[in-house]
Amino acid sequence: MTIPTEQQILLAVILFCIGLTGVLVRRNVIFMLMSVEVMLNAAGLAFIVGGAAWGHADGQVMFLFILAMAAAEVAVGLALIIQLYNKFKSDDADKASDMRG
Amino acid sequence: MKELLWLIVALPFAGALILALAGKKLPRLACAIVGVGSISLSAIAAFMVGLDFLHGNSMGAPFDQTLWQWIDVFGLSPRIAFHLDTVSLTFIFVITFVGALIHLYSAPFMWKEEGYARFFVYMNLFVGFMLMLVLADNLLLLYLGWEGVGLCSYLLIGFWYKDPANGYAARKAFTVTRIGDTAMVIGLFLLFTNFHTLNIQAILTAAPAKWAVGSGVAITTAFLLLGGAIGKSAQFPLQTWLPDAMAAPSPVSALIHAATMVTAGVYLIARTHVLFSLAPIVQSTVAIIGAVTLILGGLAALYQHDIKRVLAYSTISQIGYMFLALGVGAWSAAIFHFMIHAFFKALLFLGAGSVIWVMRNEHNMFRMGGLWKKLPVVFWTFLVGACALSALPLITAGFYSKDEILWLSYASDKGSVALWFTGLAGAFITALYTFRMVFLTFFGPRKAEPTQRPGIAMTLPLIVLGLLSLVGGFIELPDNMGHVTLFSRFIQKTLPATMITSFGHSTELIAQLIAAAVAITGAGIAYKLYYNKPFPAAIPVRNSWQTFFFKGWDFDQLYNSIIVAPIVFLSRIDKDDVIDRFYNILAAITRLLNRALTATQNGRLRWYAMMLAIGTIITLTILFYP
Repeated sequence: MTIPTEQQILLAVILFCIGLTGVLVRRNVIFMLMSVEVMLNAAGLAFIVGGAAWGHADGQVMFLFILAMAAAEVAVGLALIIQLYNKFKSDDADKASDMRG
Repeated sequence: MKELLWLIVALPFAGALILALAGKKLPRLACAIVGVGSISLSAIAAFMVGLDFLHGNSMGAPFDQTLWQWIDVFGLSPRIAFHLDTVSLTFIFVITFVGALIHLYSAPFMWKEEGYARFFVYMNLFVGFMLMLVLADNLLLLYLGWEGVGLCSYLLIGFWYKDPANGYAARKAFTVTRIGDTAMVIGLFLLFTNFHTLNIQAILTAAPAKWAVGSGVAITTAFLLLGGAIGKSAQFPLQTWLPDAMAAPSPVSALIHAATMVTAGVYLIARTHVLFSLAPIVQSTVAIIGAVTLILGGLAALYQHDIKRVLAYSTISQIGYMFLALGVGAWSAAIFHFMIHAFFKALLFLGAGSVIWVMRNEHNMFRMGGLWKKLPVVFWTFLVGACALSALPLITAGFYSKDEILWLSYASDKGSVALWFTGLAGAFITALYTFRMVFLTFFGPRKAEPTQRPGIAMTLPLIVLGLLSLVGGFIELPDNMGHVTLFSRFIQKTLPATMITSFGHSTELIAQLIAAAVAITGAGIAYKLYYNKPFPAAIPVRNSWQTFFFKGWDFDQLYNSIIVAPIVFLSRIDKDDVIDRFYNILAAITRLLNRALTATQNGRLRWYAMMLAIGTIITLTILFYP
């Protein structure tokens, strides 16, 4: 059984929106990081859907790229979160607003 | 050996550079060694260059040394080049030698002050610029030195910058001399447009062929150069800055405001003497300015109670004598008086500095008194300096230099009885205020105990300068007293001799006797009036005309009401005009935009992400649904 491409794309869009909403509404930086991961995976899913629809390997190659980048991003992001926690004694992203103005 | 000429200028600059870069880390002793050492080495170099200059093969022919091309645009091609002749040699000798003595003196004098290294940076820098001024072979390099010494003067007057009054005095000195400098630089423009060069020797050679005597352009140029000279040399009507410049530490007053910088105007006029000879009106103006200033400064000095202000007005008055000499064409007499004046006035300032130093910063002569037993070396050297300043006959150098000026102001072809009489009156006033100062400071009841004793580094310069103030005059004696003309023959290799309308020796003798009698009378009257007389230990009560003289003929008040007040008034009524409104509105709009944009930068990460998402959505919407 094949799932129609429209529904696959719709799934990717829904995942992306969930991730974006997570970034926008959560104040905890760890959750924000996780939401960003969800958004990345949604983008990856869209690539795979595209690759499958046109019968190209490019989509899967792009997904591998995104996977590698996501791993690097998590490493850097977690390091930043630890620094943030050391400096502000909190994981609230809104507390880290020293650069305002 | 003459090739070492550049080293004389380079050494003070090198000292200033070392101290400016490393001065904060060096201990005080090292600062003093670098500061004093650089000038002393420069003095040794000057001595060797001078020896070679006089006894080498050239026998005193001018010597030029080009270091490098400075600027080369559109025919303006000044070089960094030095021109050594007998006049500049005299000046570098005085600058480096007196400068080294004053640096040595200031090492202990400034020991307890903050900014010890800074002091020596400024002092070394000053000496470097001053040497550049007198050695420059073109007027642009001369002007660089001219502004450089002005800058150092500003920095040193405001050395104790924590007192706002000192900063005010520094700004005043800078602004008032700026008036003269502006005139001078316009004069340089005129010279350049006429001769297409700024090389001094080239201009001096070309000028008599190009300009007729008394032609308009010659008169204008000479007047503009004179403007620069009177600003720098604190002559009437730009003399008001010098008394306030006494806010500087005493060694600075001795070096800059007595011995060297303030005589730069004399140097400029002597250096460009051809231009002044081409403009006889201006040259007689020089003599009149000198005569007016020497009376003005002398009378003001008579009513001061601050010992340094007495000396400041006295410097104004003595430079007036030099201008008088320049004005009557007595070039070598002016340079001679410059040299002798540098010796005795530096001595007097250093002596006054010692007194102020031991009396815990007391400047008021009426609070001193009876110091002569406590400070014998300072007293005796100060007395020598005072005798030289008041030109007591035969024994002091000041007599020979001043007598030459007085005699030539009468006997030269440009001289007159009026000028001679003014000079004579000035000599009387000089003797009077000088001995008033001596009697008030060193005699009478002792009003305060000295707190410390000057060491050898402070007394040695006093002794050396004292000796020079005594024997320095013997290199130039009048016709009827030995007729030694070492100095004038030396200077006349560069500057023309004075034209003397023939007078007999008996006339000269009578003039000398009158001058001597006047000086002794002045000192005698001072003895009558001030020796061992009880004075109130405070600022004396003055009636209105005494206050007038005390304030230096109230020139500050005059300038305030005729120049400063109208400008302040104009700027006040002009503060809110249309153009200002326009720019105010512009500023207000910018400030509003700034506030709006600042609000968006609130530092919240989620806010930024939201904006990013909204932006993306809007862009995509526009792309897909145009």
